[in-house]
Amino acid sequence: MRTNTVGGRMFDIINYILLSVFAIVTVIPFIYVIAGSFATSTELASRAFFLIPKTFSLNAYQYIFSTDTLFKSGLVSVYVTVVGTVVNLLFTTTMAYALSRRHLIGRNTVLNLVVFSMVFGGGMIPTFLVVKGLGMLDSLWAMIIPGAINAFNLIIIKNFFQELPPSLLESASIDGCTDLGIFWRIVLPLSKPVLATFALFYAVGHWNDFFSALLYINDSAKWPLQVILQQFVMMSQGTIGDASSMDPTFVKPPDQSVKMAVIVVSSIPIMLVYPWLQKYFVKGVMVGAVKG
Amino acid sequence: MENVPVQEPVLSTVRPAAKKTIFTKLKRDKWLYLLLFPGALYFLVFKYVPMWGILIAFQDYQPYLGFFGSHWVGVDNFKNFFMNPDFFRLLKNTLILSAYNIFFFFPAPIILALLLNEVRKAVFKKTVQTLIYVPHFMSMVIVASITYVFFTTEGGIVSELVSHLFGRQIDFLTSLTWFRPLIVMQTIWKETGWGTILFLAALAGVDAQLYEAAIVDGAGRWRQLWNITLPSIRSTIVILLILRMGASLDNGFEQIFLMTNALNRQVADVFDTYVYSVGITQGSFSYSTAVGLFKAIVGVVLIFGSNFLARKSGESGIF
Repeated sequence: MRTNTVGGRMFDIINYILLSVFAIVTVIPFIYVIAGSFATSTELASRAFFLIPKTFSLNAYQYIFSTDTLFKSGLVSVYVTVVGTVVNLLFTTTMAYALSRRHLIGRNTVLNLVVFSMVFGGGMIPTFLVVKGLGMLDSLWAMIIPGAINAFNLIIIKNFFQELPPSLLESASIDGCTDLGIFWRIVLPLSKPVLATFALFYAVGHWNDFFSALLYINDSAKWPLQVILQQFVMMSQGTIGDASSMDPTFVKPPDQSVKMAVIVVSSIPIMLVYPWLQKYFVKGVMVGAVKG
Repeated sequence: MENVPVQEPVLSTVRPAAKKTIFTKLKRDKWLYLLLFPGALYFLVFKYVPMWGILIAFQDYQPYLGFFGSHWVGVDNFKNFFMNPDFFRLLKNTLILSAYNIFFFFPAPIILALLLNEVRKAVFKKTVQTLIYVPHFMSMVIVASITYVFFTTEGGIVSELVSHLFGRQIDFLTSLTWFRPLIVMQTIWKETGWGTILFLAALAGVDAQLYEAAIVDGAGRWRQLWNITLPSIRSTIVILLILRMGASLDNGFEQIFLMTNALNRQVADVFDTYVYSVGITQGSFSYSTAVGLFKAIVGVVLIFGSNFLARKSGESGIF
């Protein structure tokens, strides 16, 4: 449909080059970090830049796993992600279903209050004082409950529920199903793909969450992986956890490769689910754009 | 087409349903209210109690006295903030960073989407998209860590390269001049690819006949891009620009916080990080709440203001 003129071909060639360069620039930092984490200290110091290490060493990984700090914080992250996502889905879907029934008295008031909370909020300090007042500081719940519902997700899910065929809900209620039964036996099973999408949304949010831990968790034993990574790379703490508990015969690898290894470890889960992320998230963005 | 009332059966001449009192309706929907309860409680406790808690901005709040025991001081906290030299520093840093973002980051996804839209080979397009979406899913901590690893003067590849080429070392991470460019570079790297999605969707809706007509009229690829493709995504661009300008005071707490250190604080501090360090770290709850409230109110005004401007200029706006 488009003419194959000389100008057109030049246009295409330049376009392909520009896009390739951008795509490569985007992923190169990751590849360099992965390569560097497996390289020996001498190679990392002597070679300026490489994407495939000539030497291979697991020193950095042995070093970061020589104490259980990283492992424990990984467990915290997994716990918060799993429990947090379940809590998110439970709170969001129940409320969304109630708000999707148009005849509910008070529905519009609640909806308006939800929308208002998206534009204006109490802010960091008053929210902190509420969490503190509830005695949640230094508890893993502080990373879960204060973000139990994302108002934007709530409204999108509510809109989705509203579009389920009303005849289905009606026939169920004629058959003697309560609203609770309709929600559990009809609405939720029909919404599985949508729920999977939002589960991913929430889960990635929890895994990447640094802010809640920074704000609410002082006890270093309850720090998630993101905080440990920040402590380790940015605070330039040469040792993870208790240095005295380490094997004294162990040669400490250079900081750079150790930092790279921590970065790799904390991004592995995201990399593992990336194929699904890409598929569902692109859809999710579009749902929000069309109906939000 | 929403809110079409369900047609009632015509044959029911007597309509007892219409006489339902509020009480019977509430009773009928008891399970729905049960389902609504946890969510409503959540919004009450974590969204609306904090809004009420904003009142401590007008107090000298002391944790041991509590909300009801603390003294009311009127607008003293606000006065202190506006008279404090910090105020202009924060405002300046915040607005400069937002301006950097609008000038350097905002056009990036548009350009990239236009380039991607011209690609005919589906495999190539898909591959590029798969690669450029990756950083969006990485946490800010990972992005900042990678930046540290690349730019540190202790063996970071970029600073080694710079000292090799220019013969002197630049400490990017603590430099006052490099703080803002680093932040913008991070944003471009992390979000440009992801930002193309909305524009690509808008581009997919452009009528192919327009291009055919243009080709018949002798328009080349540039001309088509300029006169057909770009105008067709104009309203998407305007709406996103409004949203961006309305959020001028939001610079992204995590990113700034992670890139701030003792040496670059002068240019790094923005409202959010200031609230954190004064409120949480130093414990001045009332003063920092006043700062947060100021920011929130200006933010709301900006959103409505830019929306108003957009509607005046003939676009549909977001409200």
